[in-house]
Amino acid sequence: MTTHVMDQGSVMEAPVQAEPGAGVYNEKLGMWVFLASEVMFFTSLIGSYIILRFAHPEMWKGPGEVLNVALTAGNTFLLICSSVTMVKAFAAVQDGDQAGLRKWLVATTLIGATFVGVQIFEYVKLIEHGFVPSEGLYGSTFYTMTGFHGFHVTIGVICLIFVTMKAFQGKYTATDHRGVEVVGLYWHFVDLVWIILFTIVYLI
Amino acid sequence: MEQKMEQTKPTHEPAKHAKPNYVGIFVVLAVLTGVELGVAFLPWSKRVLILILLGLAVWKAVLVALYYMHLKFEPNRLRILAIAPLPLAVILVTAVITEFIW
Repeated sequence: MTTHVMDQGSVMEAPVQAEPGAGVYNEKLGMWVFLASEVMFFTSLIGSYIILRFAHPEMWKGPGEVLNVALTAGNTFLLICSSVTMVKAFAAVQDGDQAGLRKWLVATTLIGATFVGVQIFEYVKLIEHGFVPSEGLYGSTFYTMTGFHGFHVTIGVICLIFVTMKAFQGKYTATDHRGVEVVGLYWHFVDLVWIILFTIVYLI
Repeated sequence: MEQKMEQTKPTHEPAKHAKPNYVGIFVVLAVLTGVELGVAFLPWSKRVLILILLGLAVWKAVLVALYYMHLKFEPNRLRILAIAPLPLAVILVTAVITEFIW
């Protein structure tokens, strides 16, 4: 915590600032550091998946044999849609367009919640067909990777609800919309991770 | 003193980003997803399919990072921070793959 000694001997505390050279405010810097750690988290999952799949290739089925690729492709499309609505919300608040900000945030939240709903539906259908987490390496790796991603999306939806409520209270302006940008970064990262996971888990 | 306080004034105002064609990027992402779906079921060599599919996935991920996360328009130091874990990720994945090749 930076302190500044005032003339009369009193002490004023100022918020901690990012390194001047980083050129960004603290919340954004913090989110990027967090996302860097998340890259390693998901890489560790993917690394484990590669080891297990190379070691026991016979336990994996071809694309579409067990998993519903069409359903998940639709869900992937939804997540891509939510990324564009999120970035439109950011662009709207930059322009001071409060109505646009609210509209796009509501759309992003609804699409994100739909993604989670479709993933739950997919799990229910797979379990009904006997594909459970204890179904060998294929089942355990599938549910671990997609489950952790689904957990991240759920956290993102909760954050989006919070940001949307603040947007309806008029808390974001064209000059201060840190919450929108920081949550937006997280949301786009979740989309980015799904792009990789969809290919590795469903298509390869 | 007043001048010193001015220098350390919090700078909470987010930087204005350039606005790329967000919808255009979305169309590219959607088309690439469609191409992935088409390629995945082609009767080609598994190795070729894996290379093509991973290439398409990385292409899409880079588009999201550059344009939706605005990395293309951020200061260099933030870009370095953002890509810092990537060499580590590549080392990890390469190491586990080579376990089964050599």
